[in-house]
Amino acid sequence: MKDGKGKNGVLEEVTSGEYKYGFVTDIEMDMAPKGLNEDIIRFISSKKNEPDWMLELRLKAFRHWQKMKEPKWAHVKYPPIDFQDIIYYAAPKKKKQLESLNEVDPELLDTFNKLGISLEEQKMLAGVAVDAVIDSVSVKTTFQDTLAKHDIIFCSFSEAVQNHPELIKQYMGKAVPYTDNYYAALNTAVFSDGSFCYIPKDVRCPIELSTYFRINAANTGQFERTLIVAEEGSYVSYLEGCTAPQRDENQLHAAIVEIIAMDDAEVKYSTVQNWYPGDKNGKGGIYNFVTKRGLCKGRSSKISWTQVETGSAITWKYPSCFLMGDNSIGEFYSVAVTNNYQQADTGSKMVHIGKNTKSTIISKGISAGKSNNSYRGLVRISKKAANSRNFSQCDSLLLGDQCGAHTFPYIKTGNETSIVEHEATTSKISEDQLFYCRQRGINTEKAIGLIVNGYAKEVLNKLPMEFAVEAQKLLAITLEGSVG
Amino acid sequence: MLLNIKDLHVSINGKEILKGFNLGVNKGEVHAIMGPNGTGKSTLAAAITGREGYEITQGEIEYKGKDIEDLSPDERANEGIFLSFQYPVEIPGVSMTNFMRTAINAQREYRGEESIPAGEFLKKMEEKKNLVDIHSKLTKRSVNEGFSGGEKKKNEIFQMAMLEPMLAILDETDSGLDIDALKVVARGVNALRSDENAFVIITHYQRLLDYIEPDFVHVMWDGRIVKSGGKRLALELEEKGYDWVKELY
Repeated sequence: MKDGKGKNGVLEEVTSGEYKYGFVTDIEMDMAPKGLNEDIIRFISSKKNEPDWMLELRLKAFRHWQKMKEPKWAHVKYPPIDFQDIIYYAAPKKKKQLESLNEVDPELLDTFNKLGISLEEQKMLAGVAVDAVIDSVSVKTTFQDTLAKHDIIFCSFSEAVQNHPELIKQYMGKAVPYTDNYYAALNTAVFSDGSFCYIPKDVRCPIELSTYFRINAANTGQFERTLIVAEEGSYVSYLEGCTAPQRDENQLHAAIVEIIAMDDAEVKYSTVQNWYPGDKNGKGGIYNFVTKRGLCKGRSSKISWTQVETGSAITWKYPSCFLMGDNSIGEFYSVAVTNNYQQADTGSKMVHIGKNTKSTIISKGISAGKSNNSYRGLVRISKKAANSRNFSQCDSLLLGDQCGAHTFPYIKTGNETSIVEHEATTSKISEDQLFYCRQRGINTEKAIGLIVNGYAKEVLNKLPMEFAVEAQKLLAITLEGSVG
Repeated sequence: MLLNIKDLHVSINGKEILKGFNLGVNKGEVHAIMGPNGTGKSTLAAAITGREGYEITQGEIEYKGKDIEDLSPDERANEGIFLSFQYPVEIPGVSMTNFMRTAINAQREYRGEESIPAGEFLKKMEEKKNLVDIHSKLTKRSVNEGFSGGEKKKNEIFQMAMLEPMLAILDETDSGLDIDALKVVARGVNALRSDENAFVIITHYQRLLDYIEPDFVHVMWDGRIVKSGGKRLALELEEKGYDWVKELY
């Protein structure tokens, strides 16, 4: 009324909120000098005490990377990256431990509380010495016992290189070879650590595997590498990331995730990504260039990607499925939120190779502020993939009138018995919807949270229960602004 | 006086719609505001509920003895002002149940009360659904999504019953309703009438007033009230049509 806000005044105010957690550098480092050359790679490999074959792989990848060009096709803009100005190895030593939660930034605690993170977890995340150490150790021990009982391997990638070299040799690079793309080559050359997970034949992993529970999970570094192998008839649900704010001073993140599913195996991979997106003016923030790919190698295997992306200044990420086995299924469910100056170019690739293969892509983009949100997807059905089906749905929701939403679908069908469907919509949160909520007593911020969560429901429903509740809160918080 | 509107002038994009509107409403009263299209009836509802873009250039709206100009739409709602929308909007993916719980808890938070316990909430939902003949499946669906015109209006009255406002404004709630739905809406309103609340019913036709008996009827023309009276006035209008009002002006 009299406050004279323009039509988009409120939306603008609400969506121009800032990521509320600045940077802290409280980790002592054991560092390599800046830059990248073969010596640095030898340094990394020797620091990790790796076998020769691993060093050889790293060097091969590096030599290949040197011949490659940085990809420029994504709908994102950023200043050129000086790859010689990056420190490629920094072993995290111990975090400076705080005595109690009282020493932690109250705003950070406030966020933890809003997200409903338990007190114990808050302490771990904030780097507080957990007084109930015994508790947390025992949780981990119980966890490890359960996995051991089923012969499930779940450890850091470095440990796997030492303890399960035969498995790493057999599967590493099978889904994402280092020749795949620029960042995949870079990652293979310099990867710091990550996770390895192996589910034996006919085992249903009884718990959701989360990096949070993995010993040494606290510091995974900027070039992470994850490998999940699901043997015949096995099942695993894997959670990556966490809704809690992730701070990191490394600007460039280039991770690789590989999944391999054998006959009748099923892998559900869920991600919540909340890296630092940069400030309100677009300064700083993480560049997140990730290659995620799953091979549905066996008959009737299934890989399902679910992601909630709210963080990072730039996201470049296309979780994909190669449907090699007959009757195999690939799924991709995504919610990507961009605010302020964030840029996201994300989507999926579904490559149908086997007969009767099925894939589903549900992508929900939400753009606010001055951000840009692009969906880029490829559906390729090969000649041999008879009777295959794909259904893609890409929806974009715009908040305000200074943001952008873009859709780049690529569809290639090599036979006549397959069916590909693509649907796309673009909508705006209308002033009418907002006013309707407000007239019921719901303030603007809560109303936006409500509307956005309603819009993303189809995807959020695919997340494991606990994760879904946190993700809902995260969506609301991400779009939270200065309106009190 | 619960609502006291004094010499209200309201403009949209510089165009004056309300031109010196006066209205006093006490608790326990039902006021009907009638008039042809384009006389500012819906603008009145928007001004009272604080919709953006409606600029008060003169006069004031007093509610519970205070000028409410500085209160946001949600604050006004939480102070007990409810609007049954002429065109309820759809909110995809948000279930009625979730929406209602969020609204009730917002109201409670505003009053410094605890969130509503799940059991109590569900009991209340059941009770109020019966009042307006809403089926369970409707509350499981997304807010107004795929609702028929009649269902949307019933849903507005259902929300009113849930939120128990002090001042309820019904903006053309009867438009597009068949006689059965109209009766249901009226039954809802009549059940909620008490000495502690008041209703302002904006309508084009007197049809609804056959079922909801108003204490006062006001006729609007060109941004202000040109005639006030009792229930009879509505019947008179029905008989003589609105041209008769124009002559009064």
